[in-house]
Amino acid sequence: MAQPEEKPERYTGETLPAWSLPAAASAEIGIGVEWPERVTRDWALGGSTGAGIRVCILDSGVQPDHPLVGALEGAVALRKTEDGEIVVEDDTEGDLCGHGTACAGIVRSLAPDCRLFSVRVLGAGFKGSGSVLLEGLRWAIGQGFDVINMSLSTTKKQFSGLLHELADSAYFRRTVLVASAHNMPVESYPWRFSSVISVGSHEEADPLTFFYNPAPPVEFFARGVNVEVAWIGGARIRSSGNSFATPHMSGICTLILAKHPELTPFQLKSVLYLTASNVGGAK
Amino acid sequence: MTNENLQAAVSAGVMSAESEHRALLQSIVEVARAIFSAKAASIYLHDEEADELVFEAVAGEGSERLVGMRFPSSTGIGGWVLVTRQPLIIDDLEQDPRHSRETAESTGYVPKAMMSVPLLHDERALGVLNVLDRSKEIEFSLGQMELLGLFANQAAIALDLLQRARHARAILTQSGGDAGVIARIASAVEDLDEEQREPVLRLLTALDDVLRADVSF
Repeated sequence: MAQPEEKPERYTGETLPAWSLPAAASAEIGIGVEWPERVTRDWALGGSTGAGIRVCILDSGVQPDHPLVGALEGAVALRKTEDGEIVVEDDTEGDLCGHGTACAGIVRSLAPDCRLFSVRVLGAGFKGSGSVLLEGLRWAIGQGFDVINMSLSTTKKQFSGLLHELADSAYFRRTVLVASAHNMPVESYPWRFSSVISVGSHEEADPLTFFYNPAPPVEFFARGVNVEVAWIGGARIRSSGNSFATPHMSGICTLILAKHPELTPFQLKSVLYLTASNVGGAK
Repeated sequence: MTNENLQAAVSAGVMSAESEHRALLQSIVEVARAIFSAKAASIYLHDEEADELVFEAVAGEGSERLVGMRFPSSTGIGGWVLVTRQPLIIDDLEQDPRHSRETAESTGYVPKAMMSVPLLHDERALGVLNVLDRSKEIEFSLGQMELLGLFANQAAIALDLLQRARHARAILTQSGGDAGVIARIASAVEDLDEEQREPVLRLLTALDDVLRADVSF
């Protein structure tokens, strides 16, 4: 797995005050984004292929070199030892159930030149534990990925506090966390937190169609019904669910960030809002 | 009232609860099967101790034989749904590596398509509701998924009640000795005349208050 990399130039410098803004500093707080008078899809992602953006699939692993996935730049697996310690190891097994490969394939289909990484937190027999999920997310945030796709959530309340802290720390470090809403009306995490981009499904077939939801907690709806996805063994299956809507949104975020690497998660969310299919800038 | 009578009385309550909850589960799978014009519908209970899925209710194909049948909880679509706690609708099981043909064959019916939804109650996944081979005229839509979720809510509550009833019965059976003291006291109070009973009941009420108190000083 590659080492953490420096983010592209986005801040104007480390001398900026963190907690307040003295008069003399106000001139230095340039945001580095030339916002057009009207933000459109074309301005946001037109011509982008996702080049250079580091996308992490936090899931069941990814089958390397699946025709729909292409090359992986790195893959690790988290495992709980017999002593209960959680260790991060190079992943030599790939995907154990197919779900992560499906997500990776969708991101690749939208952003062909992005840099894909896999962090496996779901093991064989579909088993996963909340603590492994938590550590996997902590590790991924530490790597400074630009986008983390999380097509999973936990219903365990005991993890919600720590997940909330992690989601916020990703947000402040400019790692965009794209998280699947549960497919049933139940509480689970981290998609319910406002520092993540939460995603549900719509029924349309266009992969770039996405809607802003004026009635959160789910903030955006992306393509998630009857999607042809990559699966283990080089297979392709058709599947539905928010798990597959989420990588569509991750792919769209990747396209935008590749074109506008200076955007913070807050600014990115604003661009998503302005260019959503039910909002003016979609055209 | 004798010790045996008290146990019998409580057992009767628990037993009838079990059969009523079973009837409720059965009615849920029958309605689910009818709504989706499906070949079969079933409910698995997750036996946490054995880490197995157990058929609790079945409507349609195999309904007679399957109740009580068990298989490992990480098997097939049911296992996936239980662990991920997410519903799954698959229209071509043959193509899906998550499908365990072996498990399906052991039930005597191999479906082509399946809708599965986890039965969630508080933080627990109690089991799975399955609808097998729904009518081909019903295409997948988010509305179908929502409808299935509504059935799942109902089934989860019924399954929770069934588990509680079983738990109560197990406690009653296992702790015959402890329950015996209470049964003897109840029986003795029953035999007292009006005049004696009144102060005894006051004493028991005071004891009840002490046991229930959240704050002590």
